[in-house]
Amino acid sequence: MQVQTEEIIRRPQAPGLLGGLRRFARNRAAVIGAAIVVLLILTAAFAEFLMPYDPTLQQLELRRQPPTAAHLLGTDEFGRDILSRIILGSRVTLLVSCVAVGVGLILGGTAGLIAGFIGRWVDEVLMRLMDILLSFPYLLLAIAIVAALGPGERNIVLAIGIWSAPAFARLVRGQVLSLREREFIVAAYALGVPVPRIILFHILPNIVPPLLVFATLYMANAILLEAALSFLGLGIQPPWPSWGLMVATGRDFLLIAPHVATIPGLAIMAAVLGFNLLGDGLRDLLDPRLRNRL
Amino acid sequence: MGRFLLRRALTSLLVALGIVFFVTLILDLIPGDPVLIILGQNATAEQVAALRHELGLDRPLVVRYVDYIGRALTGDLGRSIMTKRSVAAEVADAWPNTLLLASAAITLAVVFGIGLGAVSALRPNGWLDFGVRILALLGLSMPIFWIGLVFIYIFGFYLRLLPIGGSGTPQHLVLPAVTLALPSVALVARMTRSSLLEVLGEDYVRTARAKGLAEPVVLLGHALRNALIPVVTVIGLQFGQLLGGAILTETVFAWPGLGRLVVLAIFARDYPLLQGIVLIFALSYVVVNLVVDLAYAWLDPRITYA
Repeated sequence: MQVQTEEIIRRPQAPGLLGGLRRFARNRAAVIGAAIVVLLILTAAFAEFLMPYDPTLQQLELRRQPPTAAHLLGTDEFGRDILSRIILGSRVTLLVSCVAVGVGLILGGTAGLIAGFIGRWVDEVLMRLMDILLSFPYLLLAIAIVAALGPGERNIVLAIGIWSAPAFARLVRGQVLSLREREFIVAAYALGVPVPRIILFHILPNIVPPLLVFATLYMANAILLEAALSFLGLGIQPPWPSWGLMVATGRDFLLIAPHVATIPGLAIMAAVLGFNLLGDGLRDLLDPRLRNRL
Repeated sequence: MGRFLLRRALTSLLVALGIVFFVTLILDLIPGDPVLIILGQNATAEQVAALRHELGLDRPLVVRYVDYIGRALTGDLGRSIMTKRSVAAEVADAWPNTLLLASAAITLAVVFGIGLGAVSALRPNGWLDFGVRILALLGLSMPIFWIGLVFIYIFGFYLRLLPIGGSGTPQHLVLPAVTLALPSVALVARMTRSSLLEVLGEDYVRTARAKGLAEPVVLLGHALRNALIPVVTVIGLQFGQLLGGAILTETVFAWPGLGRLVVLAIFARDYPLLQGIVLIFALSYVVVNLVVDLAYAWLDPRITYA
């Protein structure tokens, strides 16, 4: 017993950011996830410098070539270099899912903040509205929105954003409800701090960490949803290289040139995996007890 | 319990009314005139007026909404523009296929998800646990339509074991069902594992072991039963995922269900059919959620019916 206690005393958990980083670094899966995400962001940012070919350059004589030394991942049905299209596609994927999650965060977050803070019938109305959105099966709501508004990147951003809003609303509302009863908020009230100031300086800083975890996990969902919509022909339109769209066009000659459809799918998987691992790691860092809830 | 039941049913009804409203609203969200989009620019004035009346676009939104509810209650969801048949008939034809696919997938998800999760939790950090966790992570990260294509290539084309599309025989069901089930298997396995690990640390499990119960009795009778409570909720929620996933799976495997029909309807600009399918999809999810909630309250007496 004595030895154990001493061991615990000798290795104190470093507090704050440094301790958090150290704990994060010990989580191998999270580090892999972070590495994938950083790689993805760098690829998207420096796509122009990384692409070996012009991703729109059509070389019909090189159609559907399997991977070669000149074209590391082969060519598609128009003889375009698949590697270059995947590199540029990372930008499309990241932009669409990032903005979409942002839209969901702002829409849902605002609704949750208002619902949690005002309560009463406002809470009831807003949350029932979110229930309605949540009662559409995954993908169906996005499909219905895009079917009505028409395909294209602006509309899928809206569709994915609206789809993710209820989850953010529920999270923020729950946080606000529990924070509202805490002493420091009650004290701020009693001191006559104006409500906008309470929200901005006392509530928001406290809900940022769980929101960040949630947003990271939702990035994975948003990437999958964008890929699915683009695969169905409802998302990004040609000639933009979207990974989902690349899988869809490759599908037509899957049996003669399987690499055209399957390679972009690996890119989708890697990106989703990265955000999933990173999100899981951040969640464990924030509060291991949330494992089953977020 | 009675009050909880009533309240829960009322909420579901409210949600259902909201869904119908959204479905009615679809026509108004379309940029431009849906009638001209459907008929094209060369339509005669009579054709335009007739279709406008049939879609109810000559009346205000609220009237159309009430009218849609009234007609839907009598089973009239309008007429498909693509096939000229009634939407109700189209849905009735496709719905059993989707239900078959989703049921097969949910069965796979329950059996393999709970099985793999339990195996994984029994020896945490062993090689089997490691394998299951990697599989679960990949299952959650792979796009479902891509899994379908890979399966078609491997099992349908390369090994020539199973048909690559269509329906009719039990063999036709295998690939779509496994494809659709994979993400759910992964999620259920993950939930079962973490829930079981948590329960295995509880006092009552230690007590059961201490009083000399055989390990299988402790695991199945005491631990797993309690660990499954959160898993049941996840499985219920998975039904919504499966319905959505069915849209992709059915498209990839040319499975004649509602999911494939909704994609066809979108590209044919068949708005009445689209509305009908969205309505049926969403309503069935509401019903499933209601049933899951009630079953949950019945399974776990600790839940208070506030």
